[in-house]
Amino acid sequence: MKIRVVADKCQGHARCYGLAPELFDVDDYGQASVIVDEVPVELEDKARLAVANCPEYAIEILSE
Amino acid sequence: MPQTAPVQDWASDFDVLDPRYVSDPFTIWDDLRSSCPIAHTDRRISSWLPTRYEDVTAIAHDIEHFSSLRVGVIPGGEDDEPDDDYDGPDLEYGLPPISADPPLHTWTRRLLLPWFSHRRVDSYVPLTRDLCRGLIDGFAESGHADAAAGYAQQIPVRVIAQILGVSTDMSDTFTEWVRDVLEFADEPDRRQKGAEGLLTYFIEQLEFRRKNPGEDLLSELLGQEVDGQPIDDGIILGIAALVLIAGVDTTWSAIGSSLWHLATHPEDQKRLASEPELMPLAIEELLRAYSPVTMARIVVEDIEYAGCPMKEGDKVLMNFPAANRDPEAFTDPDVVQLDRAHNRHVAFGSGIHRCAGSNLARMELQVALEEWLQRIPAFSLEEGKDITWAGGQVRGPRVLPVVF
Repeated sequence: MKIRVVADKCQGHARCYGLAPELFDVDDYGQASVIVDEVPVELEDKARLAVANCPEYAIEILSE
Repeated sequence: MPQTAPVQDWASDFDVLDPRYVSDPFTIWDDLRSSCPIAHTDRRISSWLPTRYEDVTAIAHDIEHFSSLRVGVIPGGEDDEPDDDYDGPDLEYGLPPISADPPLHTWTRRLLLPWFSHRRVDSYVPLTRDLCRGLIDGFAESGHADAAAGYAQQIPVRVIAQILGVSTDMSDTFTEWVRDVLEFADEPDRRQKGAEGLLTYFIEQLEFRRKNPGEDLLSELLGQEVDGQPIDDGIILGIAALVLIAGVDTTWSAIGSSLWHLATHPEDQKRLASEPELMPLAIEELLRAYSPVTMARIVVEDIEYAGCPMKEGDKVLMNFPAANRDPEAFTDPDVVQLDRAHNRHVAFGSGIHRCAGSNLARMELQVALEEWLQRIPAFSLEEGKDITWAGGQVRGPRVLPVVF
């Protein structure tokens, strides 16, 4: 699985980081980013959880 | 608080300070969503009240038509000023970035955000935990407490004082000023008294820190340059006032509402006390169900939105709490599901004005509940004692007697 954060949509709610710090980081200005190239299989559910909790619809699944 | 006429028709004459709205807005929102999803009133100033998730988030994102220059829910129009003879300090630039539009919003928000990054917030955990433990020590033996005034209310103001670098001895005074400005905003004289106290204090603090800089937010802002120029004192004053006003009532209300929920829902109380790993999801769910904060926007030019003829200068109340109870956006929205997995709540707003202190608020709420449940895993409302709620801009319990 590959995921990305759409920078223009992200407003720094940091829900993704709270749910899956193994997959996301948020910088000092609230900008979230994905910190893995490929989502490890065992973290795919967490990635989906992050997608389903982003209030700005800023996380996309690129490939599954 | 001034009495207003009881509301007969919520669609055309709503009042967010009506006692029914303060104590139980949920059924009112449900009725409005199915009959008139954007309500209107001419009380105080022509205002609109969206109740659907889709409308609230769309308006929050439409910064071209909806300005943040006046974000107060209660104050009326320009003419709702208390005293013509007032010669105390004023806020030339409002409270940036919350009451600003780009470009002022953009650069002032950038100054503020690093103070509330998750890394920085992690460093405030030990002091928050110590603070909670000390408060509980004070009443644990007695078997009863006011979970609002004796606990929730005491926490955020002291953490904010540390960040601002001001004395925590002033905490009760800070709380009083913030309540004057937010909770008693319908009383212009009281609102002005709170603002004057707060601004006079911060003006003195800025002068002191200019000569004696520390490692706090105020000192840093005084030493910072933007485009090669020092930041205007009026802007620093606005940011300082904002951090205090926005960081106290709001989180305290969220902590109080969460404790009220746990006191009245023993099954959730038991579950959270025995499954602490649920806490991160539970925090978001409690924030969704009991979102404390409503903000305002001002209509920039006449616009028809979803069939509503909004006029330039009208207010739109950003009803994030109602959005979070919208059945179109959440399954069984009136049921608190501590492990709710799909939860795009907007308790911290939506769009460019997302609460800058959301990481801090979330941490304070989590630590406050963890420490409480660890020491007081079973508690309930004290029979025969009244609970009082405040509403308007910020909703939460102000008196919450519990026994354990």
